[in-house]
Amino acid sequence: MSKQKGLLYDSTMCVGCGECYNACKKQNKLKDTNSDFLKDHLSADTYTVVEQHGDLYARKMCMHCTKPTCASVCPVGAFEKSKEGAVIYDAEKCIGCRYCMQACPHQIPRYEWSSTNPRVRKCIMCHDRVAKGLPSACSEACPTGATKFGDMDELIAEAKQRLKDSPDTYYQHIYGLEEAGGGNVLVLASVPFEKLGYTPNLPKEALPELTGRVMEKIPTIVAAGGVFLGSMHWLTKRKNQIAREKRDEQLKRNEH
Amino acid sequence: MKKTNFFKLTFWKTLGIIIMVFGLYSSYIRFFKGLGASTRLSDAIPWGLWIGFDFLGVGLAAAGFTIAVTVHVFNVHKYEPIVRPAILTAFIGYMLVVLLLVIDLGRPQNFWHPLIMWNIHSVMFEITWCVICYSTILSLEFAPVILEKFHLKAPIKILRKISVPVVILGVLFSTLHQSSFGSLYLIVPGRLYPLWYSNLLPVNFFISCISAGLSMIIFESYLNARTFNVGLKVDILSGLGKIVLYALSIGFIVRMTDMIAAGKLPYLLIPRTETYMFYTELIIGTFIPVFLLSQKKYRTNRFWLYITSIFVLSGFVFNRMNVAITGLADSSKTSYFPTFDEICITAMLVVIGMWGFSTVVKYFNVFEDEDSSDASAEEAVEDKEIIFEK
Ligand code: SF4
Ligand code: SF4
Ligand code: SF4
Repeated sequence: MSKQKGLLYDSTMCVGCGECYNACKKQNKLKDTNSDFLKDHLSADTYTVVEQHGDLYARKMCMHCTKPTCASVCPVGAFEKSKEGAVIYDAEKCIGCRYCMQACPHQIPRYEWSSTNPRVRKCIMCHDRVAKGLPSACSEACPTGATKFGDMDELIAEAKQRLKDSPDTYYQHIYGLEEAGGGNVLVLASVPFEKLGYTPNLPKEALPELTGRVMEKIPTIVAAGGVFLGSMHWLTKRKNQIAREKRDEQLKRNEH
Repeated sequence: MKKTNFFKLTFWKTLGIIIMVFGLYSSYIRFFKGLGASTRLSDAIPWGLWIGFDFLGVGLAAAGFTIAVTVHVFNVHKYEPIVRPAILTAFIGYMLVVLLLVIDLGRPQNFWHPLIMWNIHSVMFEITWCVICYSTILSLEFAPVILEKFHLKAPIKILRKISVPVVILGVLFSTLHQSSFGSLYLIVPGRLYPLWYSNLLPVNFFISCISAGLSMIIFESYLNARTFNVGLKVDILSGLGKIVLYALSIGFIVRMTDMIAAGKLPYLLIPRTETYMFYTELIIGTFIPVFLLSQKKYRTNRFWLYITSIFVLSGFVFNRMNVAITGLADSSKTSYFPTFDEICITAMLVVIGMWGFSTVVKYFNVFEDEDSSDASAEEAVEDKEIIFEK
């Protein structure tokens, strides 16, 4: 059914070698930012990181949300969910308001602060490669299969299978399947996800709904408000007029 | 007497010029070295002082529509004399906001994009359009003041014909706009501190801008009375005070009910910066002014009204800065304090605004005398008599 592509990252299989980190830098022609990749963090030149939490590792990157908050808040629609599932960005459209950075539930988008014509930067799920039918650079580079690229429905099925097959290995939750409406990046781990620095307590509902509910009331407010104000104007004017007429009459009567 | 006046002016002038020079230099840094070099914004804190200040500018401009609706929609002509200062304040406020928004944009050369690239789901998109439409309307509303100076009767007539729909549109745009600044933060439930986050953010922003906008008029009127000897009558001012009192009380009740309903009261007892800031905001911006305004002897006194307006305005500043900065500091795990350049640019805009306001007031009939000779003003005076007669 779904032609959508995605990534499944299994932290229990990750050995922290940093091949994904390097492959991403190379693929997207990003500058070197840190000699020790384990100490690096997301930035305009780093779309993905491998973090060390004790003896566990955790990859961080854009979750390619199904209903991307970044896309919904952007005034000019610079973000777009591609048909393959990647959330991609068009710098030509962007005005640089940075609402996307403020709003992203995973706090992913980064900015080229030192540039005079800055762009928003984040993982774009190797959009060019995926459009050509290739897997993402990071998954291709991964030596253990911890980062796996594939069709979304297959990845979801596989993740569920792994949880079922090895209940002792896994913390029974697929992070990214439902968080903030879910997305095309799924994460498995052996411990609760906040221990690996993933944003905890995200609502299941996609965040755009929160503003959507208010935004869709706007036409009603405008119409009702316009009618209300218009009629109030007419009514109070009429009231004043009647009062004036009454007064004039009274004045006339007094004169007689 | 003359001498002190002279000295005072020079002092403020010099200060203004110094601020302008610094501000221009900072703008140079901002545009030629980038946001990173001029601000303390970062990936963790993408919005700072400038966005906060935009909130303030728009909020303080709220008198524009509050007064317009009172006078032109509800036909309460007693407030006719403040229509012009209110609209001028709003207009200048909006101009500053637009300027600062463009300075704040990472790609200011693309500022016009929302005109042709639409994303109707974006609150930011709605805000942009409201700013554009409402600024246009404000200039239409203010145009007669300029036109009458040059005795251009014909366009004034046209403007007067369409004035009611224009006012109504303006009210709608600014209502949407004021509340949508609150809606901006609806999308960050996990990030904005619970004392400020609420589904009613747009409502709270709307109610609080009314008290702030009206206080701004009281504030300006007092200062103008001192400089130009034209001010507003005490009964008008205390009438405004009363509306401020209502707006503050309603705002407080709405916020508290909402907090109780959401089970957020325990947050009031947690000893941490956010809680203190929340109390400061409430005490300065709500409790003190509500107390002062509920006493008749303060409410009918020019000076005390002025003092109250300062409290309301400071409370308002606190509230917006709390939402824009304090409330987000914890979740972004970094602290933020604006750079010298950010402050200079902001201060420069304040100076431009004040300078613009006093220049217009000086050359045009803004704080108008009531015996204006045109027909509608006469009608207005008559209406007013009737209201008083009762
Ligand atoms: S994780 Fe953030 S940046 Fe990525 S698609 Fe979702 S909202 Fe957009
Ligand atoms: S910074 Fe650019 S991409 Fe992000 S919301 Fe603003 S216009 Fe859209
Ligand atoms: S999918 Fe591509 S852009 Fe995203 S982290 Fe992997 S290599 Fe980088």
